[in-house]
Amino acid sequence: MNEQQQTLWQFMQGQSDKLLNQTLQHVGLTFISLLLAIAIGLPLGILIARKRKLSGTVLGIAGVLQTIPSIALLGFMIPVLGIGAKPAIVALLIYALLPIIRNTYTGIIGIDQHIKEAARAMGMSRSQILLKVELPLAMPVILAGIRTATVINVGVATLASFIAAGGLGEFIFGGISLNNTNMILAGAIPAALLAIILDALLSLIQKMDFKKLRRALYVFPVVILILGGFYALPSAYGSTLTAGFTPEFMGRQDGDLGLRSVYGLKIHTIVISDAVMYKAAYAKELDVISGYSTDGRLKAFDLKILKDDKNIFPPYYAAPIVRNEALKQFPQLEETLNLLADKITDAAMTDLNYKTDYLHQSPERVAKDFLISIGLYKAPKNGHNGTIRIGSKIFGEQYILAEMYSMLIKGYTDYDVSTKTGLGGTKICFDALTNNQIDFYPEYTGTGLLVLLQPDAKVAKEMAHDKEKTYNYVSAEFEKKFKIKWLKPIGFNNSYALMMRRKQSKDLNVNTITDLKNYLDKN
Amino acid sequence: MIELKEISKKFGHTQAVNTISFKVEEKETLVLLGTSGCGKTTTLKMINRLIEPDTGQIIINGADITNQNPDELRKGIGYVMQNIGLFPHYTIAENIAVVPKLLRWEKEKIKSRTQELIGKLHLPENVLKMFPHQLSGGQQQRVGLARALVTNPAVLLMDEPFGALDNVTRSSIQKEFKALEELKRKTIVMVTHDVQEAFELADRICLMDKGKIIQIGTPKQLLYQPVNDFAKKFLASQKLALEFKVVNIQDIWSFLPKGTLQDGKAFPANLNIWEAMELLRNTDRHELLISADNKESKTVTFEQLTQGFNQFQTSQPHE
Repeated sequence: MNEQQQTLWQFMQGQSDKLLNQTLQHVGLTFISLLLAIAIGLPLGILIARKRKLSGTVLGIAGVLQTIPSIALLGFMIPVLGIGAKPAIVALLIYALLPIIRNTYTGIIGIDQHIKEAARAMGMSRSQILLKVELPLAMPVILAGIRTATVINVGVATLASFIAAGGLGEFIFGGISLNNTNMILAGAIPAALLAIILDALLSLIQKMDFKKLRRALYVFPVVILILGGFYALPSAYGSTLTAGFTPEFMGRQDGDLGLRSVYGLKIHTIVISDAVMYKAAYAKELDVISGYSTDGRLKAFDLKILKDDKNIFPPYYAAPIVRNEALKQFPQLEETLNLLADKITDAAMTDLNYKTDYLHQSPERVAKDFLISIGLYKAPKNGHNGTIRIGSKIFGEQYILAEMYSMLIKGYTDYDVSTKTGLGGTKICFDALTNNQIDFYPEYTGTGLLVLLQPDAKVAKEMAHDKEKTYNYVSAEFEKKFKIKWLKPIGFNNSYALMMRRKQSKDLNVNTITDLKNYLDKN
Repeated sequence: MIELKEISKKFGHTQAVNTISFKVEEKETLVLLGTSGCGKTTTLKMINRLIEPDTGQIIINGADITNQNPDELRKGIGYVMQNIGLFPHYTIAENIAVVPKLLRWEKEKIKSRTQELIGKLHLPENVLKMFPHQLSGGQQQRVGLARALVTNPAVLLMDEPFGALDNVTRSSIQKEFKALEELKRKTIVMVTHDVQEAFELADRICLMDKGKIIQIGTPKQLLYQPVNDFAKKFLASQKLALEFKVVNIQDIWSFLPKGTLQDGKAFPANLNIWEAMELLRNTDRHELLISADNKESKTVTFEQLTQGFNQFQTSQPHE
């Protein structure tokens, strides 16, 4: 425990400029959107307190917006607002809206009627009643709404990193992808602290008596504005092309770090989720992205892979990894899974991915069509001789592979199958396997080496570019360390790849990563 | 002067006020009396346009109020209500200063006027910095009154001003209210359901029922010349006590013996019977020296007082 704390501390110290940057971005995002939400929500709340008939509609709409899952909301924003700060702020604004509107409304209608009558009877105009009586009296309730909105925003702002808007989510989701607990904590702890501190500060303001509150209310908007301004600070950076890399890619030796050290590539980079990256490249929001070489969207969005002429991306051959105990428990399992060995080429996998990702065919159908086409498909035997649990990570290819394995097991053995697909990333998937929550899932040799084993740099360098060496090394090490067996590779190599729009690549005459570097240095 | 001409108001299907007309003279106190739901509060609130009448006309000091900006109109009319309606987020000083600030008075003027009223209303100086919830109900009502009086409006509207107070506090504030010089210069319309209060404070009473005026007249007229059964029954249960308050020594002057002339403090003849009885009971004197307007003086004992009152009663026309 002691060691863990120290290394976390060391990590945070080592990354202190990044951490500060992300924290400022996080605070900035939270408060810009909060400011906008107040600017919209407060007048709306006042309006529906005046015209009660509208209240049902307005609160209803705000309530529905609140229920949209945050990732989905961010996804909807991209076609309209692109990526980066704009859609993130709009999404956060939408989440902050309901508590602010609702509390303004209830705060105002909750004021004693006699006080409002007295105000009218003394000859106060409508705006004077609003500013001198209604808003001050409703303020504790309104502040409670703002407080709720702030805490919600601090939480949701972690997701902003999915669409390249920065914030502490970069560490959190990067850490999850990279199996780096310190990195997760370096994002999660400050995010939690932010929520707690802001909540406490706002509760202090809320509990002030009217006299102090009146003074605080002059300061409050200024503070929000300043905090919102934090977001503008870190973005002074420029190059002619913009790259969008996943949080995982950013932190990896065979990713952004390698691009910098081996190629000397200097490009304006933003961090973005894999889910929206390809679309953003297609929509010309990004010029260079860190994709996967078998991704179906490569075909769908007409992107071109830049040749890795200095070989920094290690091979990522896919193979099922299985717990040894499961192999003992289900003797037919190994040979069944090996039916798929060497059956899927890179091109075939890209095509399968294209069918699910772009043509929106179900992974089940794509898997079945493919198995039929290579003559492996058999109708299920509906056996009940024990249940095998299949896991998969949360992207299309893994769903297809899981479906194929499920069909093979049902068709060739008497076992039953339960699938636990969509486990969010390498770490979660692997933890599920080692903790006996699943029996196997498809893993990639490069990931096994660099993410799960994390050998020292020398070993990694020696292994990383050779398919056989890597496979042999991970097989042996997994057996020794985890009691997990690598079965035969499926055939395709889903490695990292830098890609650009085909047309832009042609226009700029950039075909390799070295070309890209030279182009950037010149412009 | 306030004049209501054929005022009517409906809420949904309920006729709250039904073609009401009356005049309130300058410096007169008119009390609107009736049970709850009789339309008296609605009538009051139409005078400062908190409620707009459906039909009819209201004229204050010669001007039709519908031609005036309602906010400006209200700044010129004092308003006191049962629930007081002090702003909980303002100190007492700030509460009193609301209308002067709307009228852009200078700070010094507001301050000196506030001090003056605080003194007249027997409020301790240290309440000025307090918030309403720190004051007793009686103190809050005095602040409510100060707030209504601060700009010295010619017209004062009062909606059950003492309704929220306990009996002891109520009668002491009523007494102060009656004695307050500022109020004697004002045209006042007051709403109450309390018959005693109405008789105590009114120059004239307007008895209302179901949105209509039943009778309008002085307390004496209501008591001795009720126009119908409703008017009679409304006062019946408290008749004797009311009579003691309405009849004064001047009224029974002719029924009192000459008495022996005596030196000492003389009381005016407009003392009512109730007050005279209280003086005779609560002090150690057996006789009260009364001097009438024509400088004539009489001394009365308790027995002479009751005898004189009884003779006055029988001399009144009975229906």
